[in-house]
Amino acid sequence: MIKKYAQKIYIALIFIFMYAPIVTLIVLSFNASRTRAKWGGFTLKWYGALFANAEIMQALTNTLLIAFLSALIATLIGTVATLSINSMKRANRALFMSITNIPMLNAEIVTGISLMLLFLTLRAKFGFTTILLSHITFNIPYVILSVMPRMKQLNPSVYEAALDLGASKSQAFFRVVFPDLMPGILSGFLMAFTMSLDDFIITHFTKGPGVDTLSTKIYTEVKKGIKPEMYALSTLIFVTVLVLLLLVNHTPKPKEPKMPGRS
Amino acid sequence: MNKAAVKKPESIKISYFNQKLLTAPYLVWSAAFIVIPLCMIFYYGLTDKSGAFTLENVISIASAEHAKALWLSLLLSFVSTLICLLLAYPLAMILAQKNVSRQSFIVLIFILPMWMNFLLRTLAWQTLLEKTGVINSVLSFLHLPTLNIINTPGAIILGMVYNFLPFMVLPLYNSLTKIDPNVVNAAYDLGANAVQTFLRVILPLSVPGVISGITMVFVPALTTFVISNLLGGSKILLIGNVIEQEFTQASNWHLGSGLSIVLMVFILINMLLTAIFDKNGEGNAL
Repeated sequence: MIKKYAQKIYIALIFIFMYAPIVTLIVLSFNASRTRAKWGGFTLKWYGALFANAEIMQALTNTLLIAFLSALIATLIGTVATLSINSMKRANRALFMSITNIPMLNAEIVTGISLMLLFLTLRAKFGFTTILLSHITFNIPYVILSVMPRMKQLNPSVYEAALDLGASKSQAFFRVVFPDLMPGILSGFLMAFTMSLDDFIITHFTKGPGVDTLSTKIYTEVKKGIKPEMYALSTLIFVTVLVLLLLVNHTPKPKEPKMPGRS
Repeated sequence: MNKAAVKKPESIKISYFNQKLLTAPYLVWSAAFIVIPLCMIFYYGLTDKSGAFTLENVISIASAEHAKALWLSLLLSFVSTLICLLLAYPLAMILAQKNVSRQSFIVLIFILPMWMNFLLRTLAWQTLLEKTGVINSVLSFLHLPTLNIINTPGAIILGMVYNFLPFMVLPLYNSLTKIDPNVVNAAYDLGANAVQTFLRVILPLSVPGVISGITMVFVPALTTFVISNLLGGSKILLIGNVIEQEFTQASNWHLGSGLSIVLMVFILINMLLTAIFDKNGEGNAL
């Protein structure tokens, strides 16, 4: 009995630790005083001011656009790469998986400066495109690592059965194999989107003057003091995602499509 | 086309489309944006401004200022990795027993906090830790001694533990859920008590998770420059700060690259350890 309570308390403490800063930020978004240090009463004015702040809105647009585009392109390249890696011979497969692991295991600062050096050497104009290319690069491994397990679970006989039953190769792939891969592809996309959204370090090294994502905007504001509108924006984003997650978890799941493959 | 399938029936592999066509995009992409950029760090790190070969940039790690930064980084990342391990192990054990759905657990501890910007979350610790901040108000209300760790290495360690704890919990949880409960029950049946079972059965079986958790925490902690900037009061320089400044302020890419090579040696040691202990790479999978 005591053990059970101790366990519950331990989990609760860890969650307080993880979520204390988040709660702090939400509270600060309602703080009428401009500084973080003082509580100046409850207000909603930052939520109004937020939408009038062109710079923040521009940074938000950049962030969402880069997250969406990089996740989409990474999902495409990553899924195709998984198909190819899956049917490789052992040595090639090991080589490709090691290359895939480099951006995951290497330090972000090293990945960031390596890409910065590449763009410098190519005399590329630092800006939206260089950020996008970098984000695609660090997103691809997340897609590969989330599609690969689904790929391994596939029963190849099902594909062969489709061929035997007269499906063309592409029909057999898109109507039999692809739907089985879909959950992995989808979670890879979401993972990539989230990673891109939260990235600061790699963006910091590959961005150009005048182009900001929310992260780099916040970083430049640190010294001057964060604008309270930023807290309001983060709160809105956080609450939106929370509500979406709750909705997804509480709507009864649609029945699994009748696929003979193992799930 | 299915020659492989005929030869090796135990691992049937199917090429769904033309293999070369499938391989090309990722091959080109990873060469251009992963392999070549890494080679460029080595090129810049091992040459001087005129392009001649030199080891000066790498050796400069031994200079007093750089060595101090590296030593402090190693120390702080070691301490925070240890704290992460000690905090995460019990949590992972509890969660593994409870059969919490893996998906909802990952979302709650990993994904959801990420939607609140990582810089803002770290900055929020400033508000919490300040002399007159939230935590100290609560402590003084309870007549407990107050905490003065903001702008000290202690605050940086806290920031590291906060940011990287999930990276430790997940691999531990993965390896603990893989332990066959029958093995644990057998240990009890054969007369082992709880402590013996833990030390001699559960702990050894979870080593891959421990190793992979250590790698996942140690590397980002060793190389961070953001956490030290935000919570260390910009007076404490870690090796990450030194490299970042060489690139963004001093524009000395050769020196910055040289120091990065040193950093990569540590990362490489870490990766090798992981490869030895975690052969299936299962700890890294999210």
